[in-house]
Amino acid sequence: MIKFFLMVNKQGQTRLSRYYEHVEIHKRTMLEAEVIKNCLSRSKDQCSFIEYKDFKLVYRQYAALFVVVGINETENEMAVYELIHNFVEVLDKYFSRVSELDIMFNLDRVHIILDEMVLNGCIVETNRNRILAPLFVLDKVAEN
Amino acid sequence: MALTIVSQIFPREMIPAVLPLIEDKLQHSKEIIRRKAVQALYKFYLIAPNQVQHIHDKFRKALCDRDVGVMAASLHIYLQMVKEDSSGYKDLTGSFVTILKQVVGGKLPIDFNYHSVPAPWLQIQLLRILGLLGKDDPRTSELMYDVLDESLRRAEINHNITYAILFECVQTIYTIHPKSELLEKAAKCIGKFVLSSKINLKYLGLKALTYVIQQDPNLALQHQMTIIECLDHPDPIIKRETLELLYRITNGQNVIVIVQKMLDYLKQSKEEYTIISLAGKVAELAEKYAPDNEWFIQTMNAVFSVGGDVVHPDIPNNFLRLLAEGFDDGKEDEQLRLYAVQSYLALLEEEDAFYPQKFLQVMSWVLGEYSSLVTDVDPEIILTRLHRLLKKTFVTAETKAWIMAAVTKIASRTTSSKTVDKLIREFSTSLDTCMRQYAFELKHLCEDKVLMKSLFPFDASCNDIVVDASLSFLDGFVAEVLGHGAAPYKPHHQRQEEKLSQEKALNFEPYGLSFASSMSSSGFTGRQSPTGLSFGSDTSGNSAETGHKETNSLKLDGVKKLWGKEGYLPKKENKIGKEDEALTVPRGSLLAGHVADPPVSQSDQVATFSEEEKEKQQLASTLFVGLGSNAGVSLMGKADMAVQKFKRKSKINETQNTEETPDIQNSAALALGPLLDTLPSNKEGHEGNEHTRLRKASLDSSDTTEDNLAFEKPQSLKKPGLDNRLLDSRLSSSSLFADSNIEIFHPSPSAQCESASKTLLAPSLPGELAELPHSEVVELCQSDDLALHLCKVWTDDSLLLTMFVSNKNTSALNDVNLVFEKAEHFQILESPAYQFSVIEAQSVEHCQQCVQMDKICTQGNLPGSINYQSGMETHLEFSITLSLLDFIRPMEMTTEDFGKLWLSLANDVKQNLKMSSSQDSFSAALNTLQQKLKLHIVDIIGNEGILACQLLPSVPCLLHCRIHAGMLALWFRSPCSALPDSLLYQCQKVMEES
Repeated sequence: MIKFFLMVNKQGQTRLSRYYEHVEIHKRTMLEAEVIKNCLSRSKDQCSFIEYKDFKLVYRQYAALFVVVGINETENEMAVYELIHNFVEVLDKYFSRVSELDIMFNLDRVHIILDEMVLNGCIVETNRNRILAPLFVLDKVAEN
Repeated sequence: MALTIVSQIFPREMIPAVLPLIEDKLQHSKEIIRRKAVQALYKFYLIAPNQVQHIHDKFRKALCDRDVGVMAASLHIYLQMVKEDSSGYKDLTGSFVTILKQVVGGKLPIDFNYHSVPAPWLQIQLLRILGLLGKDDPRTSELMYDVLDESLRRAEINHNITYAILFECVQTIYTIHPKSELLEKAAKCIGKFVLSSKINLKYLGLKALTYVIQQDPNLALQHQMTIIECLDHPDPIIKRETLELLYRITNGQNVIVIVQKMLDYLKQSKEEYTIISLAGKVAELAEKYAPDNEWFIQTMNAVFSVGGDVVHPDIPNNFLRLLAEGFDDGKEDEQLRLYAVQSYLALLEEEDAFYPQKFLQVMSWVLGEYSSLVTDVDPEIILTRLHRLLKKTFVTAETKAWIMAAVTKIASRTTSSKTVDKLIREFSTSLDTCMRQYAFELKHLCEDKVLMKSLFPFDASCNDIVVDASLSFLDGFVAEVLGHGAAPYKPHHQRQEEKLSQEKALNFEPYGLSFASSMSSSGFTGRQSPTGLSFGSDTSGNSAETGHKETNSLKLDGVKKLWGKEGYLPKKENKIGKEDEALTVPRGSLLAGHVADPPVSQSDQVATFSEEEKEKQQLASTLFVGLGSNAGVSLMGKADMAVQKFKRKSKINETQNTEETPDIQNSAALALGPLLDTLPSNKEGHEGNEHTRLRKASLDSSDTTEDNLAFEKPQSLKKPGLDNRLLDSRLSSSSLFADSNIEIFHPSPSAQCESASKTLLAPSLPGELAELPHSEVVELCQSDDLALHLCKVWTDDSLLLTMFVSNKNTSALNDVNLVFEKAEHFQILESPAYQFSVIEAQSVEHCQQCVQMDKICTQGNLPGSINYQSGMETHLEFSITLSLLDFIRPMEMTTEDFGKLWLSLANDVKQNLKMSSSQDSFSAALNTLQQKLKLHIVDIIGNEGILACQLLPSVPCLLHCRIHAGMLALWFRSPCSALPDSLLYQCQKVMEES
């Protein structure tokens, strides 16, 4: 099961966070800070999976942006690792060459995309066209 | 969009209102809507599985949906359900296999591909479900072999995601009933993982290896060099995973090396969680495989000092228990204790060493108990050391208490000691009240040596001290106070309950009544207080005495007995086997080295071995020694044998396979059918209906609450009085129940004679029971000699299982034992076993068992077995299916009582049911409920009805029904949270059937 989904930049600023398990607000900031500290301290040739407390972190770096996913024992690390990539590919397709700014200023869209893909901690959709379908409908409505 | 929200956040209470809407959406023409509806249902299932019980067949329909997305969404529900109970979904294995086959075969639309791999996450999900389904089930597993083989073969493209699939595949293969060919392939796969230069893959490989190694330790031998490398890997997570792997392959011979490695890691790591789990593992290994006392004590010392205070409290407890209880061998115990004492004394000698609190506690306990075993050390020295500890600032109050207890114990064994005197003097004026208390106790005990000796007998830590928990010595006092007119003591929850119901009355009735209830409550508390207070002061006075006595021994209570049963026995065996193994070990290590590094050894370039490699190989040989039965020694020979075995097995498998193939094809065809089916086109007008129905629902609920308010008003006036009465009656009914139990369950001898005298083999109920409502007699199991029949008798206050054992032989059967096993949901009153010493030829004996439902479920199984002696021991197993309805009885009450009880119950569930045309009239519907569910109709007022029932022995459940335009609104309330849900499910079933 996926516990949380984070997007953090190298300066440690959280760009997106989505929790699938209840975590108190003040604990979230602490958790995020520690998670990013852990990820930043690792070099390129080290494993993309880290053990953290009683769960595991899977992270992937895109330029200055880290995508970190917290998972529990039952989840397949590699599958989550690729899910991150899939997510970024979807973002890339929607924003056509996604950048950190896109994510900052279109946070609602990013959330919609993420919610289409991950629900209650489970991976529910990975088909790029289908993930974006509702979003395109929304955009059309907005135009009219 | 609304559906998305529903599937993310949704309150449990609102499900019944929205459920029909979502059910309709399952038939929507757009697949995205169907998918969202299924996802919403998944959310419902997660938060309240009982409420969606009746639409399981709709999930099945979703699984066979022609759209892949909808099908994929339903898999989440199935994964969850299969996780909870895999036996119920075995029939779906075929469908899952076909779906996976289609996915793997690339039958999906091209846009589902991810880097040209078809729907990888879907595959992973399916593999997980299959793994759960095939676990320990050879028949189901057989269906999967083909498709698993296929997925292994297909996943050859060099991409991360294929590795993820492979990993899942391997995991599934090792979870299901094993098949040698597949295992071989999976092992090869893991090999590729482990040897990969990519770090992520290596990690995955290690993880898979950890998983696999439990079944086949020999696989570790193949990868031993890699494992050694990983052990020194700079990345801590790889190291951690390797240690996990080693932990799994630990045995008596490699334990020292492995534990050393783990401790090294422990010393470096700072993460609290890692320390906790790793320290626990080290302690477990040490207890299980410790080769000698010295090593054991030293390892445990290391665990305590490194683990610090975060270690799991079980570890020190287990350790102390081990020391205290000892093993069968008295001499060894002595040595262990002696060594422990010596090592702790040495540790305490250092002036300014810092130790974690838990470690200090363990030390002080051991010193207190066993310091007298060490004869060459003056107790005075030990006392000074403990004294020094007491003065240190970092020692917490709890640890100080432990140390003081130790001092007291030692003092009891010495005649007089300056240190003790000094200690008493120092702490009698301490600011810490606890310490002062201890000091005074110690002082008084020192003055009375005889009492002290009797209080602290040597090595009595395992003897139980009997504590009078009921405080019977206070009985006289209580009686006296009662005689003076004080109110009897009521337990806390009872008081709470009374208060609660009064409060509720207050809420509903702002005027008039508030006066009455406040009067009664104030009077009530006034009467209550004297006893309560005196009780409190009295016990607190006593607790100081008893409390102190308890500290010595009670701390060890409730700890698991780990060492005695598992650990020590294997250790002994190891010792016996050691002489033999000592000879084979060197040879084994040599060979292991050769196999691991063949090119070098073959060319005989031993001299060019770098120092490092030699070290590594040595480590390898020490680590992997003793794996399997005689692992390293005959690695080559073993492999041959394994191949032979595989060959033989595979032949059998082949023949089986040919038999199975038509089956598989059949099932495939069956499962394909619905997939291709077009959607049933009955969505007409559903959308139009929605709005009106929603309005109806809201109207309904407001109506009912108003009605209830009106309903409660006249009754609430008499509330306080009635409340008490109600409680009384409940109490008395339960006590009556207990009495009648005893009467009924001893099968009356006359009844037995009656049935025995019948020469007919068809069992029938004895007269008195036959008059009660009962089920038909069904056969449970039978053999050549005997048959077992069952008849459920629903008495007013219990469920009686009447078991008939009929002897079909011409000779008598001796010693027939009937045993019920422990079931999760049910509890057998009295003993679960019944013995017939003799059953005459051609006759029937019977016995009765009273069963209660422990945990609420709609249906459950009660397994049992019967064995008997006829020539040889025969054992028959059977299982009885019990439904919730077996335990539901009507509850007689008046309308007033109903209203009262209704208010006091907290858990409620509401649901609207469609009425079928056959049960048009309201009374007809109620009658169905009355007959089928054994509910008692309390009253019918217009188009509303109230019903009551109880779950045996005495859990009430109330039902309020209201009919409105073809819908039946049910509203349940009960003190037990699970009961309304289950009962609602039964109602739905009954209403649908009729």
